[in-house]
Amino acid sequence: MNYQMLLTQMLEATLMTLRIFFVTLIFSLPLGLLVAKGRMTKIKVINLPVKLYILLMRGTPLMLQLLFFFYAFKPLFGIQLDRVLAAEVAFVLNYAAYFAEIFRGGIEGIPRGQHEAAKVLGFTRRQTFFRIILPQVVKHIIPPMGNEFITLVKDTSLAQVIGIVELLKITSNWVSSAVDMTPLVIAGAFYLIMNGIVTRCFTVAENRLGYYR
Amino acid sequence: MQILTAENIKKSFDGTKVLNGISIGIEKGEVLAIIGPSGSGKSTFLRCITQLETVDSGEISICGETLVKNDASGKAVYADRASCVKIGLHIGLVFQNFNLFPHFSVLQNITEAPIRVLNKSKEEAESTAHALLKKMDLSDKADAYPCQLSGGQQQRVSIARALAMNPDILFFDEPTSALDPELTGEILKVIRSLASEHRTMVVVTHEMKFARDVADYVVFMDNGTIIEQGRPDQVFENAQNERTKAFLSRFNEG
Repeated sequence: MNYQMLLTQMLEATLMTLRIFFVTLIFSLPLGLLVAKGRMTKIKVINLPVKLYILLMRGTPLMLQLLFFFYAFKPLFGIQLDRVLAAEVAFVLNYAAYFAEIFRGGIEGIPRGQHEAAKVLGFTRRQTFFRIILPQVVKHIIPPMGNEFITLVKDTSLAQVIGIVELLKITSNWVSSAVDMTPLVIAGAFYLIMNGIVTRCFTVAENRLGYYR
Repeated sequence: MQILTAENIKKSFDGTKVLNGISIGIEKGEVLAIIGPSGSGKSTFLRCITQLETVDSGEISICGETLVKNDASGKAVYADRASCVKIGLHIGLVFQNFNLFPHFSVLQNITEAPIRVLNKSKEEAESTAHALLKKMDLSDKADAYPCQLSGGQQQRVSIARALAMNPDILFFDEPTSALDPELTGEILKVIRSLASEHRTMVVVTHEMKFARDVADYVVFMDNGTIIEQGRPDQVFENAQNERTKAFLSRFNEG
């Protein structure tokens, strides 16, 4: 087995894994916050479709969603999404639904007195949310967010169902063409390293926010 | 001139009448104590005036501005949102359980609203905050976080936070109920000193001795109505209503 070629290809494929990981986070975190707001509003026209969206995203396999955005999008909407774009759309929409529920839990967990104190002091709703509520929410949702980030690193491997060559796909190509399990071990190490870094970041964030309560 | 008038305030929660026509007026510089058993509507009344609840009917005016009044059918109609916010700035509220912002330092708890809401400069807000902390005997705690303070200290910070907005009327919603007796004294001392500066204050309290000593006017509420009111000596020594007498006698025994 040509290990130099193996490693080069695996590193290249890891770039795709990382790309899906970061694109998903960049878009699904703010979207998740918006969805959480929509889920919590009392306005039915907003809150019912949002509930349906969350049900669809959490109630069907992510793999199905990947296949949908790549294969079913064109017959339905007349636009063919590029493989990577289809994958990113599926990941963003899927993770936003999970993030939304985490945000909602965090926001609803902030005592009502915080809102009341802010209101009596004259803060606008926007100031109250961004200055008073959200910073406290972030502290409280770090543990469940850590879970999701770690799951996302591993979930990127699902993108191979629509022909995207990410870390696990290139690994299985090598394993199936040679009777050598080394690539699997290396891939496992790659995932562990990535999630080790994710875990480290969350530990640092948790410590930084540990100065109160 | 009355700085606050509330006229025939009514409020129900899911069909349960909590306030059944409350009327009070406060003169500038006066301290009003609201006493009465738990569930009598004292806190709800305070929350209506501080806009944390809306009234079903009645009229409220603060510093000559009308917050809410009845329409022809006797239903409450509030002023527009901007006016409500403006009227709210005449008012400060100190909560039973402090409600300090845990992620802000003591100093930031006090300066945040003056900076963001009143558009004060950071320097001005901080110098006001330091002066208030000195007054609250907390000069050394400016950089501490609320979780590092005792309950009494937290409550003093929350009083400083309210004062930093320079309100015309300061409301206290059972400010010592979450504190043990030892810490209660330090809060009452602060309120006493504010009273001696002729700050207009409304205090909902279970501290009868305090109400008697500090208040200019005492209101006794029960079941959503005011059943006795007057100068402290009138209410405490010469109560007319049987319900008031029974309530006060239990305190006098203790």
